[in-house]
Amino acid sequence: MLSQFLQFLFSGVTVGATYALAALGFTLIYNASNVINFAQGEFIMLGGMLAVFFTQLGLPLPVALGLAILVPAVVGVLVEKLAIEPVKGAETVTLIIITIGASLVIRGLVQVWLGKNTHSLPPFSGDTPIEILGATLLPQSLWVFGVTALVVVALWYFFNRTLTGKAMLATSVNRLAAELVGINTSWVLFMSFAMSAALGALGGILVTPITLTSYDVGIMLGLKGFVAAVVGGLGNGLGAVVGGLLVGVLEAMGAGYVSSAYKDAIPFVLILFILFFMPRGLFGAKVTDRV
Amino acid sequence: MALLDVSNLSIHFGGVKAVQNVSFSIDAGIVYSVIGPNGAGKTTLFNLITGVYTPTAGEIRLDGESIGGKSPNELARRGVARTFQNLQICMNMSARENVMVGAHLRLDRNLVKAALRFPALKSRDRELQTEAAELMAFVGLEKYVEARADSMPYGALKRLEIARALAMKPRLIFLDEPAAGLNPKETIEVDHLVRKIADFGVTVVLVEHDMKMVMNLSDRILVLDYGKKLAEGSGAEVRKNPDVIAAYLGAHA
Amino acid sequence: MHKNAYFGLSIVVAILAVLPFLLPNSFYMDLAIRMAINAVIVLGLNLLIGFAGQISLGHAGFLGIGAYATAVLPTHFGWHPLLAMGAGAAVTGALAALVARPIFKLKGHYLAMATLGLGIILNIAIRNEATWTGGPDGMPVPAMGLLGFELTSDKHWYWVVAILLAVSVWASLNLIDSPFGRALRALHGSEVASQVVGVDVVRYKVAIFVLSAVFASLMGSVTAHYVGFVTPNLADFFHSIELVTMVVIGGMASVYGSLVGAVLLTALPQALATFEGWETVAFGTILMLCMIFLPKGLVPTLAARFGKGE
Ligand SMILES: Nc1ncnc2c1ncn2[C@@H]1O[C@H](COP(=O)(O)OP(=O)(O)O)[C@@H](O)[C@H]1O
Ligand SMILES: [Mg+2]
Repeated sequence: MLSQFLQFLFSGVTVGATYALAALGFTLIYNASNVINFAQGEFIMLGGMLAVFFTQLGLPLPVALGLAILVPAVVGVLVEKLAIEPVKGAETVTLIIITIGASLVIRGLVQVWLGKNTHSLPPFSGDTPIEILGATLLPQSLWVFGVTALVVVALWYFFNRTLTGKAMLATSVNRLAAELVGINTSWVLFMSFAMSAALGALGGILVTPITLTSYDVGIMLGLKGFVAAVVGGLGNGLGAVVGGLLVGVLEAMGAGYVSSAYKDAIPFVLILFILFFMPRGLFGAKVTDRV
Repeated sequence: MALLDVSNLSIHFGGVKAVQNVSFSIDAGIVYSVIGPNGAGKTTLFNLITGVYTPTAGEIRLDGESIGGKSPNELARRGVARTFQNLQICMNMSARENVMVGAHLRLDRNLVKAALRFPALKSRDRELQTEAAELMAFVGLEKYVEARADSMPYGALKRLEIARALAMKPRLIFLDEPAAGLNPKETIEVDHLVRKIADFGVTVVLVEHDMKMVMNLSDRILVLDYGKKLAEGSGAEVRKNPDVIAAYLGAHA
Repeated sequence: MHKNAYFGLSIVVAILAVLPFLLPNSFYMDLAIRMAINAVIVLGLNLLIGFAGQISLGHAGFLGIGAYATAVLPTHFGWHPLLAMGAGAAVTGALAALVARPIFKLKGHYLAMATLGLGIILNIAIRNEATWTGGPDGMPVPAMGLLGFELTSDKHWYWVVAILLAVSVWASLNLIDSPFGRALRALHGSEVASQVVGVDVVRYKVAIFVLSAVFASLMGSVTAHYVGFVTPNLADFFHSIELVTMVVIGGMASVYGSLVGAVLLTALPQALATFEGWETVAFGTILMLCMIFLPKGLVPTLAARFGKGE
């Protein structure tokens, strides 16, 4: 009983961490630009696929992984420069379609370049499972937990303790005011896309040894990351992390105890309930629109 | 009994107490002005009474009926109209259509009849087009009858808001700084326009910074400062009130 | 403006009337039919997105309900196809109405999220309930006999959908230029302004959402019958996006834009088929370029350039 519960919990927290990283990516871009980046999932896919590609080239693991984060970050910046900047202030639907267009291009290019096959990545520290109260935990999961936790702490430090981070935060609260005090907001936008693509890619790399990857895994992962961001309260960093973990755990529990066929539906059922009953998510503040 | 009765009305946004414990009442048929420095809570007061914001505390009665927390469309049904300090014009529509929307509650709004182009609806719509053109002429916009809203200058849009509000055939109209940003000539025109509206028997509640206009038009004046009621009375009374002189007029002298 | 708008309708009718005599073969006939079906769906969706300013990223789910109702109910329960179609529309309408009230208290991205979620849940249900739906492989749709008259040839189908399309264009034009339509456009232009003149905005959003969902469901049924086969792809996220793209590329808040968008995006995959393997890249690139250079969509942009309103 307990061991089964723990087993579901471990797998839930593991994928949940990926959702959390994706949700943080959504949050960063949303705060900087009010854009929901539907290409976020493709960065997760890129991370995993590129990690596979670079390791297969024979590059040492750290170099391969570094490149698998760097390249998506560059792609993220390109998306921002080529597709988002030119349409500043466009209607929400227009922006949604542009980012979906970007996601199709990324996915299509990877499909042409690396094919339609499913790939796996060797775990970073072997695959001897660790036994905990009758449940097994893969060493790779520890990597996922550890790195995600580190990233969260680093982000917290960045936004609360460094000038750059504070400038980005200020822009999200009030772009005009930020510009008036001399913050370069287009640079903030640039940074947000680079960082959120890197976060997504990192998540993709970390879980690939567990979940495998292929050119088309980005859509679902991205959408679930979006769910996680909204569950937590769009724009709230802590909310994104809690939302990601919650979505991951509920999905794993639902798949385990209720129906594995409906696993992918669980995050979306959750989001409908949240939106119906707590329309601003778990951590979103109540605001009154000014008129 | 007063037409509008406000007692101990308050609203807080987080730590900002935008309106605090404000009470006053407005008799039917008068011009009632609300003045005070920027940020005093005038617009917020309008938003509370017209249902755009929900009060944190206090009561609002229209004809004796409690209306606090009711939605704006429910208040529209009760004959409350308003304009906005920050223009709220539908830029995706023509100027005339903006006015026609004001008549929303007086029309048959059935979806099926509309889709099937029922003749009764069509002929009512044609009447309404004329009505809207007349209203636009009434507020001095005759030359914009065929214009698109997004091609009109600011001063014209301010009046378009008034025309739209009048299309509701309201009993009570709230005008939030109708002369702000207008040149002196336009300001005088708006002054006359407000007089005309009042002469039709519509009760007018006015927020305006132009003191000449306020003193000219108002039967009674409410002075707000930092969300609190500072004074209330006729123009002469308010002008003599030492608190008002100190806090408001004094600052401008 | 109004004369202009109905003038467009007569052109549409003229094109629809001569088109079947100009099309060289059944391949183009089939394409024309699918374009017309999509155009009707997009008209409904444009009322919601373009005119009322609300997003739906889940409309393919509603289309799926209609399509599968016409497949499942006659196959498994022996229902008459028309009854099945009506049932699909009724269920869609009821579901849309049920979820719409809470959904339309939301705005912007929250609304996008809620409709997206709903669409995905519907799609997953269709994929999983294989006993009824054939699962990922889909299922055949029994032929429809209509008053003893079998819709078999493409010609018949063409006239049915052409008439549906012409009527839908007419009804849409009527609707947007009515008190109901003005209220819809007003809540898009300024929600608070429309509220203070008495528009119950949530009610209007719900009404137009339900209407466009029912349109999608009915046309889903028509598609199912026409193709003779249904697959879950009809109801997937990507199809929802395709529909929204048709609205946006043709032109938001433009009746004729809906037609142009539907025609172009129905033809596009055919045109892209020659790119072998690069279809996705090409499709994505075209989406982005259109939105960057024609953010208002084709018809409004061209109309503005040539100095006429629609
Ligand atoms: N929706 C809102 N959210 C937060 N603060 C608000 C909101 N509306 C008004 N305020 C605050 O309430 C105070 C009064 O504003 P307002 O009523 O606009 O003043 P006035 O119209 O007298 O210039 C201001 O401090 C303003 O910032
Ligand atoms: Mg004000």
